[in-house]
Amino acid sequence: MSHNFVAYVVAFAVTLTATLAEGDTLPIPKQKWSFEGPTGTFKQDALQRGYQVFKEVCSACHGLNRISYEKLMGIGLSKNAVKALAAEHDQPDLNDEGQPIQRKGIISDKIHSPYPNDKAARASNNGALPPDLSLITKARAGGPNYIYALITGFCAAPADMPITEGMHYNPYFSGRQIAMAPPLFDGQVKYADGTKATINQMAKDVVTFLSWAAEPEMEQRKQMGVKVIFYLLIMTLVLYLSKRKIWKDVK
Amino acid sequence: MSILKWIDRRLPFISLINHELRDYPTPKNLSYMWNFGSLAGIVLMIMIGSGVFLAMHYVPHVDHAFDSVEHIMRDVNGGWLLRYIHMNGATMFFVVVYIHIFRGLYYGSFKSPRELLWILGVIILLLMMATAFMGYVLPWGQMSFWGATVITNLFSAFPFGDSIVHWLWGGFAVDNPTLNRFFALHYLLPFLILGVSMLHLVALHQFGSNNPLGIERKGPEDSIPFHPYYTIKDVFGLSVFLLIYCGFIFFAPNFFGEPDNYVPANPLVTPPHIVPEWYFLPFYAILRSIPNKLLGVLAMFGAVMVLFIVPWLDTHPVRSSRFRPYHRWLFWLFVIDCFVLGWVGANPPEGMFILIGRGATLYYFAHFFLFLPALSRLEPIMPLPLSISRPILEGTPK
Repeated sequence: MSHNFVAYVVAFAVTLTATLAEGDTLPIPKQKWSFEGPTGTFKQDALQRGYQVFKEVCSACHGLNRISYEKLMGIGLSKNAVKALAAEHDQPDLNDEGQPIQRKGIISDKIHSPYPNDKAARASNNGALPPDLSLITKARAGGPNYIYALITGFCAAPADMPITEGMHYNPYFSGRQIAMAPPLFDGQVKYADGTKATINQMAKDVVTFLSWAAEPEMEQRKQMGVKVIFYLLIMTLVLYLSKRKIWKDVK
Repeated sequence: MSILKWIDRRLPFISLINHELRDYPTPKNLSYMWNFGSLAGIVLMIMIGSGVFLAMHYVPHVDHAFDSVEHIMRDVNGGWLLRYIHMNGATMFFVVVYIHIFRGLYYGSFKSPRELLWILGVIILLLMMATAFMGYVLPWGQMSFWGATVITNLFSAFPFGDSIVHWLWGGFAVDNPTLNRFFALHYLLPFLILGVSMLHLVALHQFGSNNPLGIERKGPEDSIPFHPYYTIKDVFGLSVFLLIYCGFIFFAPNFFGEPDNYVPANPLVTPPHIVPEWYFLPFYAILRSIPNKLLGVLAMFGAVMVLFIVPWLDTHPVRSSRFRPYHRWLFWLFVIDCFVLGWVGANPPEGMFILIGRGATLYYFAHFFLFLPALSRLEPIMPLPLSISRPILEGTPK
């Protein structure tokens, strides 16, 4: 019995130290998000600033393939603004003779990756593939907090850690090395609303925008949820009282 | 009215409903633990209902499956609601059914004359597991693909294993034929579950429900009609259940999911930790606790199969653990063991988890093959109540 116990303690200690020594990644700090909690919503100004950061910074390498320009009306852009954005990108198509052409973008076009295919993307990025960002906050453990930590977390590597050529030290990324270069620096974009474009501000905005892109239905879902729960609470109470009344004489 | 009578004389459907759902005499002392059977039936209907509509928009093809699920989430009217109902419904189905099973174990509901009722229930559980596993593959995310790869590969442990695995896959890897057949079977199996559930009900209504005292009803004073007493109780329970279920659907729809499943399947990239859905974790832990592959697979399947013979392992004449203090202890230790196995299954098989997993696996089987039979012989028979209406101990029944 006591031998078993010692074995457990030793095994536990070994696991613990192994985990700490390996020290794969730092724990992800929690941020405050306007869209957290049962009544959280996306703030339109943050969404629009976030889209600006995505457009001017992220979209140099990443696509947002599940969002069409039309859908950007969901972050409060006007139809004309969305049309203008779509028109900035020519799209491959066929003309009436069946010959490949580049036509002007229309609002039902998706926000594609800047690369024609994955192979081209890898060739331009040291072999790494910049993932599509449409679902990124749902597709990573830690969600928005993780993305925020990742894009603000670049720093100098510890002296004893060799960094592979073309890689960058990031304590939040699995293996602590990431092919993506630090994407943000202070004042990188000029916000139209005068908000100061610090790294943290831009990160916050773009993560808000990406969270919307991953779950555009979120606000509707939560609003419906509040009504459903309210309805069910009343129904549960009524049913409970009915049950009590019906069962009153059962001895 | 007379039309109904005309029909009922030729097709006695209304009489059947009246007899089996209205007048149906039911023990009057059922606790809320007896809510979970009807609840499971309702969840099955919710799953079939939402599933049929999802299938109208889903595309079972490796190039389109993931996109079609996102299409449902983003473009289909109410699609996100349908999918979250279905996704969280699977979780809720297992919660409800596991509670239902543990209730049966605690109150000895599997004992004579209800052995076949119990066995039909275990068949439903097996069908549910197969359905849930194949359903999880359909979104064709990373966990879908790698879960399917790991689980189907288990069959390679058997003799002619490679042939079996290739036959299951319909090729030499988990690929389009696999996805296609999983979709076909995922649509078929729920209707088999429905069929077996009907048999489960027929078997149930032969002797009626067991009850918390575990004694048979002695006279009409021990029963009340199903309606309105148990209809209202079941509907109230359903309402409480819906509160929890909707809490997840609307406010934490991905709570039980894996982020990796929002990454499209990629046969060239293996996720660092492949974990099944939570309801398979205890069985997954048993699989990984045994160093030999074939034995591990047999133990994993055996862990479910052993439920079939529980009526012949726990042969103690008293049904309810209310009158079996020793079995009560054993039962709760078994519940804890299942949770420990689930916890181990969720963690990588390293260090202490290997040790704990092996201990918990050993305990799982010892519970069924050692402790239950031993207690069946050794646990003294306590005096039981004379009847449900007189639950005061007045002596031992004959």
